[in-house]
Amino acid sequence: MLEKLDYQSAGLISGLEVHQQLLTAHKLFCRCPAGLYTETHDGEVLRHMRPTLSELGEYDGTALMEFKTKKEIIYLLNHLNVCTYEMDDTPPFLVNQEAIDVAIELCLAMGMDIIDEVHIARKQYLDGSIPTGFQRTAIVGMNGGLPFRGRNLTVTHLSIEEDSCREVSDKGHRIVWRTDRLGMPLTETVTGPDLKTPEEVRDAILLCGLVARSTGRVRTGMGASRQDVNVSVRGGSRVEIKGVPKAGYAVKLVHNEAVRQVNLLRLKDELNRRGMREAKDIRITPVDVTEVFQGVDLGFLQRAVRAGGRIFAVRLEGGLGLAQFPTQPETTFLDELSGRIRVIACLDEAPIVLSGQQMPEFAARHKVIERLRRRLHMNENDDFYIVFGPEADCRTAAEEIRLRYVDALKGVPQETRQALVGGFTTFERILPGPDRMYPDTDSPPTRITSERVEAARARMRPTPWARFHQFGAWGVPAETTSFLIRRGGIELVDAVVSLTGADGLVAAIEIGQRAKSLKRKGIPMERLGAPEWVQIFDLFTGGRIPREAIQVVASHMARNPGIDAERAVADLGFGIQPREAWSRELQGLSMEDYRIDLGDSDGKRLRFLAGRAMRQLLGKAPAKEVADYLRNRLNQEAGR
Amino acid sequence: MTATIPIQEREDRFQGYRGTAREALERYGIGVWSEVEIVNDRGSLFKGVILPRSETFDDLHIVVKLFNGYNVGVVASRIREARETGYKKAVYKIPEKAFPTDSRKKNVTLLGTGGTIASRLDYRTGAVIPAFTPGELYGAVPELADIANMDTKKLFGVFSENMGPEQYIALAKAIGEEIARGCDGIVIGHGTDTMSHTGAILSFMVQNSPVPIVLVGSQRSSDRPSSDAALNLMNAVRTAAECDIAEVMLCMFGPTSDNYDLLHRGTRCRKMHSSYRSTFRTIGATPLATVSRDRNENGQHFTYLTDDFLKRDKKRVPIINPSFEEKVTIQYYYPNFNPDIIDGLSDMGYRGMVIAGTGLGHINKPLYPAVKRAIQKGMTVVMTVQTIWGYAQMYVYDTGRDLLNLGIIPMDNMLPETAYMKLAWVLGQTDDPAKIREMLLAPVNHEITPREPHNGYLVLQGGLPEVEAFIGQHWK
Repeated sequence: MLEKLDYQSAGLISGLEVHQQLLTAHKLFCRCPAGLYTETHDGEVLRHMRPTLSELGEYDGTALMEFKTKKEIIYLLNHLNVCTYEMDDTPPFLVNQEAIDVAIELCLAMGMDIIDEVHIARKQYLDGSIPTGFQRTAIVGMNGGLPFRGRNLTVTHLSIEEDSCREVSDKGHRIVWRTDRLGMPLTETVTGPDLKTPEEVRDAILLCGLVARSTGRVRTGMGASRQDVNVSVRGGSRVEIKGVPKAGYAVKLVHNEAVRQVNLLRLKDELNRRGMREAKDIRITPVDVTEVFQGVDLGFLQRAVRAGGRIFAVRLEGGLGLAQFPTQPETTFLDELSGRIRVIACLDEAPIVLSGQQMPEFAARHKVIERLRRRLHMNENDDFYIVFGPEADCRTAAEEIRLRYVDALKGVPQETRQALVGGFTTFERILPGPDRMYPDTDSPPTRITSERVEAARARMRPTPWARFHQFGAWGVPAETTSFLIRRGGIELVDAVVSLTGADGLVAAIEIGQRAKSLKRKGIPMERLGAPEWVQIFDLFTGGRIPREAIQVVASHMARNPGIDAERAVADLGFGIQPREAWSRELQGLSMEDYRIDLGDSDGKRLRFLAGRAMRQLLGKAPAKEVADYLRNRLNQEAGR
Repeated sequence: MTATIPIQEREDRFQGYRGTAREALERYGIGVWSEVEIVNDRGSLFKGVILPRSETFDDLHIVVKLFNGYNVGVVASRIREARETGYKKAVYKIPEKAFPTDSRKKNVTLLGTGGTIASRLDYRTGAVIPAFTPGELYGAVPELADIANMDTKKLFGVFSENMGPEQYIALAKAIGEEIARGCDGIVIGHGTDTMSHTGAILSFMVQNSPVPIVLVGSQRSSDRPSSDAALNLMNAVRTAAECDIAEVMLCMFGPTSDNYDLLHRGTRCRKMHSSYRSTFRTIGATPLATVSRDRNENGQHFTYLTDDFLKRDKKRVPIINPSFEEKVTIQYYYPNFNPDIIDGLSDMGYRGMVIAGTGLGHINKPLYPAVKRAIQKGMTVVMTVQTIWGYAQMYVYDTGRDLLNLGIIPMDNMLPETAYMKLAWVLGQTDDPAKIREMLLAPVNHEITPREPHNGYLVLQGGLPEVEAFIGQHWK
């Protein structure tokens, strides 16, 4: 159940960054195969990321430097899908032109203006997700839009970029990445902040996905399309929810983030009420209190101390109860602190951080708390936090607690949050600004001539809205059309209609609905391409098989790869017989087994008979003619 | 820095722009570093800063760094409107912070040749601004202050491939001066392409050094988060300050992982990969030592792999002998090598030629007359092997014996580039053939070794199960 929030009065706005892998043979900047995933490795590399000097000549925040340089980054390599480029031991090769062409088509599908000369830039990432420390990326198109709920959804720009590593584990000071996905071509489509409700966000994600699929040149399946959702409320800040795996999940995530921001703004007011307005008003004192906890029966503390770690108490002046301030539904500000500590101080043993107000139960609890209060010189309105682990990390954690409260003075800090199961989010990193981007001096620009754009336009498949229009006119339900676009069946319908003259509605229903349900039953219908479907519909439009036989022939062909439709029909003993032949077979058809109910209409009796008849005559007689024949017979019986 | 200079007075207004792109800048009264709003024929609006354009790019596009951080090229012919909304010239400056000195720490001098070992990045252009003075270095790699006191001298600013005799001589002299001033070690920042060439010539020009002389560079430029530069620099400075080996060495990554650096002897080292971090390898021997930021199991930063080296001794007086004959060449033999080339070199007055021969040190018979003519005209011709590993052993086959009879001097297992440097150095000192031969064959610092250890040649072949097992268990 969602906590109620009036999105309009909260001033919710949201925009998307939709990431879509492209269907290319090779990666973006090297000649490795794209889309070849492996779960094993045959080599490992250890690296560190060192922040480079920023525009101002300073490192980007001391905290950033402190923790990033202390993190060991391990890359797992498999010779099947990575080369020395992914290891950052070879400069980029020229950008994959196939990927640029796909990106151009995607841009055109969204009505965008194609950039005349594409320049590769580097976008810094220090988390190790890319071994170079930056992602190579380039804008290909801008200034587009999509028809959305009767208005225009602004598409600001589309960039092409290399995909990042897959995280294997992140524990303490060691993060492990798998490199198979690294370098695959990906587009990022950025919409304007035009979305006003969580449901609009969901629908916009679906629309973007549909447009991408409609080109037929993107990857599908797990992880092939991921979206980041930017959310803010009035007075809040842009927060990026990263890695929303499915459109439907966005609803709760966006809602919860809106609630979080509204609550953080309330927390700001509360801090101000307590006289905390500037950074200097946040006063913390970290104290090593390991000996206070000596002998205390709390496993996580014991383990930390046994491993050579310490226990620190951090006093926050005037902070009583602030950790319990609600943020997202069912979470509190303590979770904000713990997220930052986990990522930045690398302390990840649960519960990560305790607040003085919520100490767990243990023997001598009261005595320990009293000693802590004395050690920390606690006043009545103060609170304290407990962190535990390596001493340097505890000190970083204490500083993070201070920094998070300093951020709270401004309301909502700009950050990237990771989407969790259940619609919640947790801190991932501080949101970097445009300063983290700079030109890639390793790559020359790519000129995109108008001839190239027009060639791409000529290759383009119809847009989803053109499809809805076309198929809608045939009477095809929108849901079926959408399915055909997403799953690639729409070209099969095109082929069948244009080559066999079949009715569009029949082709769309047979391929988009009936074949889909056979596939759900485990029949490998994806084996059938345009040539197979054309053969089948040729038999149908030529009057050789009835409509009811289409799926039987199709599934027979799917199960027995290599056979054509003629052979399938022969195998099945199908083929429309003359009326005299099949009507003879129906002579003996009786109403045996029919449970007589006096209220039954003739129609129901007819359906019973027709069902029985068609089982007997499958593939030999058209259902409509059989029905007519039976209706006639029933009428004759009734008249007798 | 914002400074509004009238557009006509801006000297760099058209930096890199030609043709229609330049015309468009003129037409709309904009230029490089202008903050602009440009509208094209489709009504698309580009808001950003105009960047300088590389001279090697075409003359049709204007490069705009958009305010979202991306760069785009806008073709001049599609521009319909453009106006300047501001002006923001990039200022290339690295902030200096006083390098803290500590009397308990050793004093290291960093000599700059032009390679960028530490730098900051200009985010707008991607240009790398070198950090060089102690203050700049401290701003870029503050960890250096934990290792040693630093003094820096910029000798020249050339790319590695432009290093030559003039620079070698200046460098050798500068090293002599720094040693005389009493420093505890010298680090030389150098581009990697010809770092081993410099390592070789300095090994001959600077002998008997009392302190370590360490060449260092990076394979990934220092503006990148994943750069090897900072670690290489820290390890090189530590080597200069604390290492026991008082020789000319190269300090570069051992594995490609951020793990440890290898110290290679200047005469026995070669760049073996065009881009890997672990590109430098000691050939025909083992490296001298490893150096790492963290201490090893014995609590040391250095792990010595041999004890056959010149020990640090500040009382020792170095011999600085900056001789160099420029008329020396190196020729890589190949089938169909034309004798005209040798005749031509000899006619042009070349005094020395290193041949990188096939196999044990061979060239084909049609070259013999030309070689003979060259030697008769006074050219010193020496033989090395293009296999890189192994000895020139010219008495094994008739071919080799014929060449020896012509007067070619086999250089044993001297690397071709090292042989080049040694020949130039020797010919810079004498033209007496007997003396030349004697000097060439008397090793100064392991450029010829009497023995090749079995682990001096390790080129593992991927794909073999035992090698895969090894690779799988170690950081590459």
